[in-house]
Amino acid sequence: MKFRGSGKHTGGKIELMMTPMIDVVFQLLTFFIMTFKITAPEGDFFIKMPQAAPSAGVPSDLQLPPIKVRMTAGAGGELAGLFLAERRLSSFAELRDQVRALVGDASGPGGAGDAEVELDCDYDLRYEYVIRAITAVSGYIGPDGQIVRMVEKIKFAPPHKEGS
Amino acid sequence: MRYKRGRQIPDAEGDMTPMIDMTFQLIAFFMILINFSEGDQNQLIRLPASELAKPPDTAPAWPITLQMTARGTVFYGVDEFTMENLRPVLEVEKELISRRGGDFRNTTIIIRADRYAKTGRVQELIRLCQTVGFEKFTLRAKQESP
Repeated sequence: MKFRGSGKHTGGKIELMMTPMIDVVFQLLTFFIMTFKITAPEGDFFIKMPQAAPSAGVPSDLQLPPIKVRMTAGAGGELAGLFLAERRLSSFAELRDQVRALVGDASGPGGAGDAEVELDCDYDLRYEYVIRAITAVSGYIGPDGQIVRMVEKIKFAPPHKEGS
Repeated sequence: MRYKRGRQIPDAEGDMTPMIDMTFQLIAFFMILINFSEGDQNQLIRLPASELAKPPDTAPAWPITLQMTARGTVFYGVDEFTMENLRPVLEVEKELISRRGGDFRNTTIIIRADRYAKTGRVQELIRLCQTVGFEKFTLRAKQESP
């Protein structure tokens, strides 16, 4: 088969149409810039809150009693008092030190892995103090920058009535 | 100075290659950083910060994210509920999880509560979820640099 004009092809330079590609690329770039949002990473604290069951009422002998942390609310939900087993503490840093002294940070029987903390909070207390308390009992940042875990079992005491 | 006559001057063409390179790099940067999970992050909620809050290694199975505002209402998705009318919604979710072959007892309730919310309201929300049948809870906090 003979093509018309064959032999006359000069082998000229083929030019690519760049304009549509650049259009699409800029549209994509605009989309990503418009939807870009800087958000801080978030993390979770596991809370042990199983449903109350009649059979769960009798604790076993091996089960350690929970460490009770009490937080009272002042005006506007501010933290008025922080107590560890009836003993008043001055700060969350002290709470962390006290819990660390109680349970240590070693795993194993009687160690931090078996310990449990019960948070007893006033109804009106600001939620941020709960997270600060959980942070204080959960662990700390070690000298090497790694997280050292302490208590991992955390639960809430039965809620107080509104206005407390 | 003498110029040669009859010499054809070629059309001046800008070199597009560096611009396209840079543009593709920008697109790659934004594509990598895009966050598709923002649907769960209501901008009304100002999370409390914690230096120990680290993103979980594995995503929880059947998560339900409940977001509590400072005034005590709860967002589920884009809808805002009071505590009273959230219950039927949770019942429906529980039913849906069961019908899709999941176990609602393995459902993790992720609570994103505002830092100024009342602790009692958060506890009421947990109790409500417990009465529906959910047992696993996580409290979400914003990561804070130590």
